[in-house]
This record gives sequence, structure tokens and C-alpha cells, in this order.
Amino acid sequence: MPERLLLTGNHAAAYGAMLSRAEVISAYPITPQTMIVELLSELTASGKLNATFMTVESEHSAMAACIGAAAAGSRTYTATSGQGLALMHEMLHWAVGARLPIVLTNVSRAMAPGWSIWSDQTDILSQRDIGWITLFAESVQEAQDFIIWAYRVAEQVHLPAMVGMDAFILSHTAEPLIVHDQAAVDAYLPRFEPLYDLDPADPRAYGGLVNRDHYFELRYKIFEAMDRARHLVVEAGEEFGEVLGRRYTPVEQYLLDDAEYVIVSAGALTSNVRQAVKDLRERGVKVGLLRLVMFRPFPIAEMRSLLSGRRKVAVLDRNMSPGHSGVFAEEIRATLAGIPDAPPIYGYVVGLGGRDVRVETVVEVFEDLVARDEPETALYVGVKGLPIGPLRVPEGVIR
Amino acid sequence: MRYGVPEAEFLDCGTLGCQGCAATLSMRLVLKEIGDDAIAVVPACCWSIIDGPWPVHSLKIPVFHTAFETAAVVAAGIKAAKVRQGRDTTVIAWAGDGGTFDIGLQALSGAAERNEDIIYVCYDNEAYMNTGIQRSSATPEGTWTTTTPDEHPEPRPKKDIMGIMAAHRIPYAATATTAYPDDLARKVQAAMAAKGGMRFLHVLSACPPGWKLPADQAIEAMRRAVECKVFPLFEIRDGREYTITHWPDDEVSLEDYLSLQGRFAPIMNDPDLRETVRRGIDERWAWLVEQHEREDRVVEAPVG
Repeated sequence: MPERLLLTGNHAAAYGAMLSRAEVISAYPITPQTMIVELLSELTASGKLNATFMTVESEHSAMAACIGAAAAGSRTYTATSGQGLALMHEMLHWAVGARLPIVLTNVSRAMAPGWSIWSDQTDILSQRDIGWITLFAESVQEAQDFIIWAYRVAEQVHLPAMVGMDAFILSHTAEPLIVHDQAAVDAYLPRFEPLYDLDPADPRAYGGLVNRDHYFELRYKIFEAMDRARHLVVEAGEEFGEVLGRRYTPVEQYLLDDAEYVIVSAGALTSNVRQAVKDLRERGVKVGLLRLVMFRPFPIAEMRSLLSGRRKVAVLDRNMSPGHSGVFAEEIRATLAGIPDAPPIYGYVVGLGGRDVRVETVVEVFEDLVARDEPETALYVGVKGLPIGPLRVPEGVIR
Repeated sequence: MRYGVPEAEFLDCGTLGCQGCAATLSMRLVLKEIGDDAIAVVPACCWSIIDGPWPVHSLKIPVFHTAFETAAVVAAGIKAAKVRQGRDTTVIAWAGDGGTFDIGLQALSGAAERNEDIIYVCYDNEAYMNTGIQRSSATPEGTWTTTTPDEHPEPRPKKDIMGIMAAHRIPYAATATTAYPDDLARKVQAAMAAKGGMRFLHVLSACPPGWKLPADQAIEAMRRAVECKVFPLFEIRDGREYTITHWPDDEVSLEDYLSLQGRFAPIMNDPDLRETVRRGIDERWAWLVEQHEREDRVVEAPVG
């Protein structure tokens, strides 16, 4: 029977890995992710989870150990954050090229220096072009469920998947969690059946030298797998609803049908956007929310159909690509370019390094959206001493 | 002991090894002892090339290619999965000196400290040969490489990788070379017998192009390295029980070893440097003999 518990996002992620029956778990501690691997090592030590737990000496090695174990046929899981994800970067590429369906949870944390453990999605978005299926959880329930959903798709297309979760706002916040019945999860997520498992009876070389005659085709197959994932995510999200009672989709709509203005966001920040939209609706404003649940593969068709014809779109980016704009805004602009009735995209950079993005902040962004004529490349929200607006040369030092 | 080379071959002909490549021969002889229930993990190194480009594969065991610094931990991950499947497959990390002494040292240390049940083989050709002969921390003092040219040869002695591995108190570590195949075979067997923990084999592997050595002199060069005490053959059990497995004859001089290889021209041309190098070799040999002769070497040393 499903169980209802009060748990943090981190502990929910550990439950997600346990329900998915991860077999080899390799991780390295980093705030604010550490609680995930602490609970997983407890669950493993107590025998509640039948897994091999490898306490390696770095995140780079955590991913490398998962790669070895996955290549040899195990379902593998790891969790990290910020600097740890950055250190893994090389091996994140290896997992994709080796076509290994590893799942990881990344608790998004701002990049140093200066040292910061607070919420900021730049870490995960810096891994954009690797080939990991990427989902952003908003709730404790999703921190658990998205891991199961991710394995289901990853193992069908032989690509790894990561679940993003915001530092503290989600990782350390307790919410009621439905821990699914194990038999139901088993029905949804069958045993991992690898195509190859380094069997000495079938001695092959994996990942060796390819010359110009073959590399492109290997990459083409990755593009193709990612495209299949686009449909399988939808299918697996529907089935999640049928088997486990919660239906998941690559994007989520809230009061969107008649909305003239749309606010786009991803991750835990969305809860405040939802509240702001609700409040604004009470003032009679036609505003809606479009939540980006899946970032890779990018929900291109959904974005086009749900955003075209709107008056204005505000995209909230708790991340930044210096020299351009927030990454979500950049992606959405590119997706909508050239389609009929493409709305202007206003990119708002908010809450870097964990600065609060309150319901009132979202309302301020909305008011700026309505009042502003030109969508600038990036609009900065909440920089001390500066109203919402594009980059300006400040008169004094910003303190 | 006379070495009867097992007939079974796990290395096909037609590899991409250079003429006289001892790294290729090292693999061939090591696999003859380990057999075919094995998996090799190969990080970036000459062996990334030697095995052949896709779809060619020269070994009769699976090879998993991985990133430069990850051989030990990927091997440990593979072993974890195989243990879960109830398989007793031997997992070998097969790395060069760059992937062992330098970029892979962290993952190697981690695996050694956790006492992962793998055999780690470092085939040491004493520089980054695959990229075209750049110095590594395995390059001996006074050696020419393309990044330590004749005017500024390698200024520091070779890193003591065996000392580092001994400090991890792993069950078994040994030096070997294909110039002494009987000794090599026995050590691979000893490593197999010590299964359950981390085993480390440091296999000197001549590189004719990188050593500026005629291809037909590779075995001779490695033989002289052992005989002149540049590369003593020994083993270490549990990080403290040292045994010298081959006592050099005193008829091979340091010069006999150095003069065979163009890479040592800076030492041959500089008598002061040569004396410094000789002193280092003598000191290390004396220390090794002292370890070998320690009466208390089988006594548990205190763990810090």
C-alpha cells in the first residue's frame, strides 16, 4: 500500500532511488544534496534497499563508478549539486556517448566564487548540450516521482537523465509525500535489461577509437534517441498516472487557456508564480503560467502551440548565461523564432544565489511586463539599488 | 624457474602497437595468466590506440574505454555490478604512467584506500608517449622528452608510485617487466591469488620511439633497467612486507642502460648529472634491500 509521510525533497529523492531499485549507488557529499546519499546509505546498510553503495573520493569518480556499473549491467544512481555537477561534466558526456541510462538528482546550487550553497539553476543549465534528459521538480512528491519517471524513459532510449531540484527551497522543505507501493512501481518500471553488460563470453570493445567515418553517425543516433525520448516522456507520464496515480507532462499549464500574458518558469520557484498568477487573476488580469517541467528534450511543439498568439511572455530565469540572457528565455526565443503570431519574449533574471523570489516579486515582474514596450535581451530583477531593467552602468558601487 | 609460456592467446595479431612496443607484449603476457574471464578498463593511453579503431578489437576479453583519470574507479564500478550478478570475473584497470602517476592518481588512491577488488596494471613507458613523448611524473631524472628538451632535461626524480601504493596498505603490489616473463607471470598469479582487494602491478614497458631505442632492443633495455637497479623487481604484501624477487648481477652498469637509449643523452653528456642519478639509484636500492631484510617486516605495523 502507498504510504503517506512528511519528508524533505532530499529524502524524497532517496525514496525515489529506492523505489526504482537502484542497484549501484555512488556518491560524494556536497551541501545541499548530502541528505540524499546519507539516507540512501542508511537504507542500504539496513537492507531496506538491496544496493551496493560506493563512497568514492569525488563527484567525478561518482559518475565514473556509475558509468562502470551501468556498462556492466546495473541500474545506477547518484546525486550531486553545483560544483559537484561541474566536476562531473566530462563524465556526463561519457555517460551519453556510452549510452548508459544513469539517473542523477542535482540539487541546484549557485556556482562559486563566492561560495554559495543557495538556489541557482546555472549549474544544471551549464550541462545543456551534453545529451541528458533533464527534468525540473517543483515539489517533494516530484523529487521522488521524477526519478522513477526518468528511469522509465532513460532505459528505453539508452540515455542518462537528471532531475533538477532547487537548493533548500525544495531540498530541505518538508511536504507530505506519497511513497508508492513497491509492487506498483515494479509494474511501472521493470528490471533494467541492458543490451550489453561487458560479458566476457562476448568480448567487444566499448567506446574505443572511431574515425571520421563513424563518429557523426554515433552522434546522429543520440539525436534520434533524444527525439524518441520526447514522445516516450509523454507516454511514460500518462502511464505514471494510470499505474501510480499521478500524471506528469513535459509542460504544465495553469490558467493558461485565455491568458494574454504568460509567465514561464521551472522548478520550485513555480509555486510562487502559481500563487502570483492566482492573485493577479483575482484582480481580473488575464495571466497564466506555463511551467517548464522538461528541459531536454526541449518541448518545442508544446512551447509553440501554447505561447503563439499571446500578447507578451515573461520568462523567469534563476540562471544566467553572461553575454546573452537567461537560458530559458534564450531557448524559448529560439523555439518561437519565425512561427506565426510569436509573442515577444521578456527574459527576467531573478533570484541568483538564492535571493528570495517572493509572490510579490513575481507580481512586480508582471507589472513590469505589462508596462514595458521593448523586450530587452535580459532584464534584471532585484539587484540592489536598481529597479527592474536591462543592464545599466551603476553610478556607484553596487553593495 | 623456467617460464613455460601458456599457449592460450588473448591478444590477436594486427594490433596498432609500434614495432618493439612492450606495452603490447605486457598485455599479451598478463592476459595469458589471467585468462578470458576478465574485463579490461582502458583510459586514454597508448592502449586506446593499440586495441584498434572500431570495429576492430584485438583482445579476446571485453574492453571498456574510459576517460583519462578514471581507470581505477570505472573498474571498481564494473566489479560492483559483476559481483551483484554473482560473477567472479576479474576486472583489470590497464593504464599508462600518465593515467596512473598523474591524472589518474586521485581515483587510483580512492580505489586503493577502499581496497576495491580489482587488478590495476600500470604499463609504464615513462612519459606521455601516445601524445608524442611529453614528460610525466614517471619520467626519470635527467631524461629528454619533448617538454624536457636536452637543454632542460627532466629535473626531478621519478615519482615513487610503489611507495604511494604501499602507503595504502593494499594486499599486493609488485613491479615487473616482460624482460623477465617468469617473474611477471608469478606476480600476476600472486595478484590473482590475492583477490578480494586491490592489486597493483607496475610493469615497466619500453617504448622504442619514446626512448630513442632500436625496436629490437626493447627487451634488452628493460633487462638492463633491472640489472643496473634502475627498475628493481620486488613485491609488497599488505604495504609492508617487501621482497626483492630478482637480485641484479653487478655486471650491468648504469651506463650500459643509459647508453642504449637516446633519451638519456643529457645524462650521458653531463657527468655531474650522471652522478646525481647514480646516487639516487643507489640510495633507493639500499633502502629497498633494507626493507627486504627487515626482520620485523611481517609484524603488523601500527596504523596511524
